[in-house]
Amino acid sequence: MHITNPKSAYLTGIRDASPFILVVVPFGLLFGVVATEAGLDLLETMTMTVLVIAGAAQFTAIALMLDHAPVFIVLLTALAVNLRMAMYSAAMVPHLGKASLRMRLLLAYFMVDQSFAVSIRKYEARPDMPMPARIGYFLGTCSPLVPMWYLSSYIGAVAGSAIPPEFSLDFAIPICFIALSAPAMRRPQYFVAACVSIVAALALVWVPYNLGLIGAAILAMVAGAQTEMWLERRAA
Amino acid sequence: MITDKTTLWLVIVILGIGTFLIRFSFLGIIGARELPDWVLRHLRFVAVAVLPGLIAPLVVWPDATGGQIDPVRMGAALVAFAVGMWWQSVLGAVFGGMVTLYGLQFLLG
Repeated sequence: MHITNPKSAYLTGIRDASPFILVVVPFGLLFGVVATEAGLDLLETMTMTVLVIAGAAQFTAIALMLDHAPVFIVLLTALAVNLRMAMYSAAMVPHLGKASLRMRLLLAYFMVDQSFAVSIRKYEARPDMPMPARIGYFLGTCSPLVPMWYLSSYIGAVAGSAIPPEFSLDFAIPICFIALSAPAMRRPQYFVAACVSIVAALALVWVPYNLGLIGAAILAMVAGAQTEMWLERRAA
Repeated sequence: MITDKTTLWLVIVILGIGTFLIRFSFLGIIGARELPDWVLRHLRFVAVAVLPGLIAPLVVWPDATGGQIDPVRMGAALVAFAVGMWWQSVLGAVFGGMVTLYGLQFLLG
């Protein structure tokens, strides 16, 4: 594949992200079902899915509204769940920061976990990619996932609660994120960062509004960077 | 049931706009400006610092089992991790994890 050509980069992006259809579809179905059971009509469910495209935050907002939490708390908690995406946004600056403003607005809308994780892997492996190819690749990773997210939410909302619990739809996302992280674990600095992230996230699970995750992520980034610098000093 | 539709629409729209602004934040504000090396070094760890922490509580204390440690989910997580690390394959890890999840569920009934 000539990854420097925007069109083949787009096609490579589609190919690299396609496996995640397997996890996006169950998650979308589940959201459609849960939203409908919570009393949202089709228009409300789909507007939320299209505007937010962030499953975890959508589930959080629905659950809190069912609990009759104050609007302020619903928004604060759901937005805190999405705060990790500010880190994605920062991590994309070295790779996509030189794109036009209009393009960055478009790319930001599509900055979902899987597209971010698949693209950043490619950008780091291929720093020679020109900007149009980077954009093509990123849009390629979104092309199979985002429409499937809309479609599966729609089917879930229409088909209703016909999905039995044995499908364990709740576990599709953890498997997806493990799969995205595991290949990097052979490099010790990434392994250290992941371990710190896990231990700190479990230890900080009591922190309200999901802010424990943000704290854990910052600790993990520092641990990874320090390990990397230590390895470089030792090798020098 | 969520019956207060005004609140619901308020949440949908503000959550949508807020999420977009979070996604746009650094990409929008910093844009083409160069970042210092120490920042770049930390940013390379974002994916591996966020994703494991995001799912760790879901693996150890899954809601579906009322927060009890579940050998099926734990097994699936370990297989997905092992396959992904050993074969360096994201696709293989997804398949391995899902097959283990359904396989163990069937076996342990």
